[in-house]
Amino acid sequence: MEYNPTIVSFLCNWCSYTGADLAGTSRMKYASNIRVIRVMCSGRIDPTFVLKAFTEGADGVLLCGCHPGDCHYHEGNYKCLRRFHLLQKYLDQMGVDKKRIRLEWISASEGKEFAELANEFSETIKKLGKSNIKEEMKVEDKKSPESAVHRPARMGLQSTVES
Amino acid sequence: MENEVNKSKLKLAIYWGAACGGCCVSVLDVHEHLFDIVAAADLVFWPIALDIKYKDVEAMEDNFIDITLFNGAIRNSENEHMANLLRQKSNVLVAYGSCAHLGGIPGLANMSTRESLFERVYETSESTINPEKTRPQTRVEVPEGILTLPEMYDSVLALDQVVEVDYYIPGCPPTSDRLLEVFTAIVSGSQLPPKGTVIGAQEKPLCDECERKKSENKLVKRFFRPWEIEDDGETCFIEQGLICQGPATRAGCGFRCIQGNAPCRGCYGPTSDVLDPGAKMLSAIATVIDADSPEEIAKVIETIEDPVGTFYRTSLPHALLRKKLFN
Ligand code: SF4
Ligand code: SF4
Ligand code: FES
Repeated sequence: MEYNPTIVSFLCNWCSYTGADLAGTSRMKYASNIRVIRVMCSGRIDPTFVLKAFTEGADGVLLCGCHPGDCHYHEGNYKCLRRFHLLQKYLDQMGVDKKRIRLEWISASEGKEFAELANEFSETIKKLGKSNIKEEMKVEDKKSPESAVHRPARMGLQSTVES
Repeated sequence: MENEVNKSKLKLAIYWGAACGGCCVSVLDVHEHLFDIVAAADLVFWPIALDIKYKDVEAMEDNFIDITLFNGAIRNSENEHMANLLRQKSNVLVAYGSCAHLGGIPGLANMSTRESLFERVYETSESTINPEKTRPQTRVEVPEGILTLPEMYDSVLALDQVVEVDYYIPGCPPTSDRLLEVFTAIVSGSQLPPKGTVIGAQEKPLCDECERKKSENKLVKRFFRPWEIEDDGETCFIEQGLICQGPATRAGCGFRCIQGNAPCRGCYGPTSDVLDPGAKMLSAIATVIDADSPEEIAKVIETIEDPVGTFYRTSLPHALLRKKLFN
């Protein structure tokens, strides 16, 4: 069975969401595994959103905003860009492939570009394979491989002697 | 030992898990107020100061202890066993200090696996000679009986990831003033806040309390590590290009590091509306970067040496990504 990745995308209301909508209304076919979350501006995308998406099972996260200079709140997309770069550096340090997040600018008229981006990103994530973040970040039964098999009955600061 | 204990007094226990010992010592930092504490409470268990054995605790009735201050993270099976035991024996279990609260400094071990740590410590470190590659065993039989050692876990956990916690007193270590306030409140019988509350700290960020000069326009072209720059002693650290955790940290410590001219490391943890402390900080720091093109931004970010160790210094086990992935 072909692996179908889960991709969460955060799209700014004014440009990118309209662009994605245009792709839909123009009946362009694009990867159906992209779940869209609309935010007012790409500057509203808190890095926490991205991390939460990963820990809840996303295999990739796509961020889209208005082109530089076009943000309806002037600076929002620049803020997003700066956060994106720092987030990538952090994810890399945590052992998460930084290709799992992507930021692109999509204007309201770029339906075709959005559809292409969606397909392309979906391919990238398919190649990277399923993310193990959700599984690995669970706390239960993850303490150690050994503890499931053997857990000493009595523990002491020093070795304890049982007879 | 129950009959030695005065029934009208509070029964207090203090225990350490994976900790440096600083939290236990911080209790002594109340100085002469320690007399007030022992006047109002009997210390029924406190390994750093009193010779009371685990078996004595095991012999206590359930809920025998009124309050346990548990400091330290959960790093091995002994820590976990004691967390469960003290939960069972205590009415109120308090996660005391950063390690019990969020994982603390020991939590940074979540950037390594147990195997890589063991290899470093028992094989490759410069001061180790161990050609047989001997490793500690959790259980070994000798003629006299069976010797056991706690089992080290693959990752570090905060106290509430193992047992239910009633309250949190944050800090590395908590300031003794806050501890006294909390203690006095309990002794005077004042109404305790709802379960799960962070006590001995405030709900606003540290920046609101900090007295350094701040302007609206924070613009940073490169970040510095503290020794690379001469602090002017009065301007907000972030405006000077030093990473200070103030924006994502709960007030309550009396901005003691800043008063000592050191940026905040975030030991009081985030305010309660923050899900992931480091992500909040990462967001705040990224916004002050004074660059617009991807290349320039990347250059500024290069000067942030260690994002995990900086933004999650005392909170990694409680972060959304609580440990490094090794694929
Ligand atoms: S960032 Fe640090 S120095 Fe600046 S106002 Fe906040 S606490 Fe004070
Ligand atoms: S200034 Fe920050 S690091 Fe220092 S004690 Fe306060 S909260 Fe902790
Ligand atoms: S409104 Fe589209 S990025 Fe700010």
